[in-house]
Amino acid sequence: MSDLISMTLAEARDAIRAKKLSSRELTGAFVTAIEAARPLNAFITEAGEQALAAADAADKRIAAGTMGDLEGLPLAIKDLFCTKGVRTTAASKILGNFIPPYESTVTQNLWDAGAVMLGKTNLDEFAMGSSNETSHFGPVFNPWRASNSNANLVPGGSSGGSSAAVAADLCLAATGTDTGGSIRQPAAITGRVGLKPTYGRCSRFGIVAFASSLDQAGPMTKTVRDAAIMLKTMASVDPKDSTSMDVPVPDYEKLLEGGIKGLRIGIPKEYRVEGAAAEVDALWTKGADWLKAQGAEIVEVSLPHTKYALPTYYIVAPAEASSNLARYDGVKFGYRAPKARDITDLYERSRGEGFGAEVQRRILIGTYVLSAGYYDAYYSKAQKLRTLIKRDFEQAFEKCDVLLTPSTPGPAFAVGAKTSDPLEMYLQDVFTVTVNLAGLPGISVPAGLTSNGLPLGLQLIGKAFDEATLLRAALAVETAADFKHSPAKWWSV
Amino acid sequence: MSVDKDTVRRIAKLARLAVPETRLEPMAGELNGIFQWVEMLGEVNVEGVPAMTSVVAQKLKWREDVVTDGGQAAAVTANAPDGEDNFFVVPKVVE
Repeated sequence: MSDLISMTLAEARDAIRAKKLSSRELTGAFVTAIEAARPLNAFITEAGEQALAAADAADKRIAAGTMGDLEGLPLAIKDLFCTKGVRTTAASKILGNFIPPYESTVTQNLWDAGAVMLGKTNLDEFAMGSSNETSHFGPVFNPWRASNSNANLVPGGSSGGSSAAVAADLCLAATGTDTGGSIRQPAAITGRVGLKPTYGRCSRFGIVAFASSLDQAGPMTKTVRDAAIMLKTMASVDPKDSTSMDVPVPDYEKLLEGGIKGLRIGIPKEYRVEGAAAEVDALWTKGADWLKAQGAEIVEVSLPHTKYALPTYYIVAPAEASSNLARYDGVKFGYRAPKARDITDLYERSRGEGFGAEVQRRILIGTYVLSAGYYDAYYSKAQKLRTLIKRDFEQAFEKCDVLLTPSTPGPAFAVGAKTSDPLEMYLQDVFTVTVNLAGLPGISVPAGLTSNGLPLGLQLIGKAFDEATLLRAALAVETAADFKHSPAKWWSV
Repeated sequence: MSVDKDTVRRIAKLARLAVPETRLEPMAGELNGIFQWVEMLGEVNVEGVPAMTSVVAQKLKWREDVVTDGGQAAAVTANAPDGEDNFFVVPKVVE
């Protein structure tokens, strides 16, 4: 059984196609594994019975010879994607009982291809966090522990339930969303692959909005090939999302082949930051050597505005969030404070009681930077910085095809280690946030272990809508790294 | 620029967010820490730089101005914390 759940998405797909394995058998193994892994708190809502029914339906289609691309393959879905009839919370008390009457486009695409939903994964509240500790439903624990310790570590965030579920073999793959690093950072520190596509590649319809100009859905998987398979189905042109781009979706898996001979890999010198672990730097150098050995050309490039990306993000994202979260007022759906004196009291207390501390902090930052007298000093300035950050990338891409950087400043850290200082937590996204501000695709690939046995990732950044080249470079890193490690299953009794 | 307790109270009011009196002072401290860090953007000369309006070059899509959906009052009000006959119920707004 542990053989079944440790399969990659591609292996499971091929076994099902060859009729060596039924979806029922595979789904059942995951449902059992999820129940045994409850100590990790990776799921907010388990959907075991529904999953088994969906698996049976998939098996019937397989028998009838009408298979979709992901027929019968069990996936976990971040609890930020609205799923019709299945509670969708955004890990917030304010949406604790929300049952969407509609389905997000990305998940609909997955079900149309025959995939099976195992449940909804935990996350930071409204995807605001880098450790999955702001969830109203409690923290998620990283399946990985340091070799010399039994301390619980964070799985990253905000897609921490998804990263833990993929790392602990609780699903074949999961969906995530990435606004400042929320797919790539958790994937990196759980030893898995996380891909943030180009802004506009996947529809945002039905995904609970955080910062609309930055949010993008993407896959979290065991391998680069699995990410390519997932992206092909998740991506689509959607009339329900005016920012979904009208560009064809290629067969990314087919485009993986061909190698990287002659590909120009840019190394941005500004990504050597103070405070990053020495092992992170060493791994980055190794990564460049791996690509060079496979025929790529290494080019030094400069992204001069890199250090301004995080403060820019912490103006733009809260500004958009304060506006997006205005809809939660206790009237039409979600939590309502009891015994309100009047309508203003109802709004203020429903929001005050329904939102957690980090979400409130960001609503206040956003309201402040958009308020009269401060708009130009903060918001306008940040939007201009964003233009400069994007321009940096455009200039760098005149000299190279793909950039190689570290994914995170260090490995997974202890639960509670960074919760007292918001700024320290924000620094987790120092290598990932630039990509969101520029709308580019980025992927984190597991590349090695620290001396105490914790995974580290390398990030590759591509040109807009060139996920195919990005994935090909990622495959080259994956092949050279040959990362075969998995966490010890300490949570199973 | 420094954020004080009164400023937090004012922003919280604008955001329709009930922040308890005892949280105003600590929140002012947290926000100041973040705004001081953001001050580094002052180092950059942005004269003549256009503000970003769209991260990928695209034209806003047009569609026919026709009704595409509707008649779903029950689904729209299904998650209402308080409702009656497909209406949302709120405290009295007009005296």
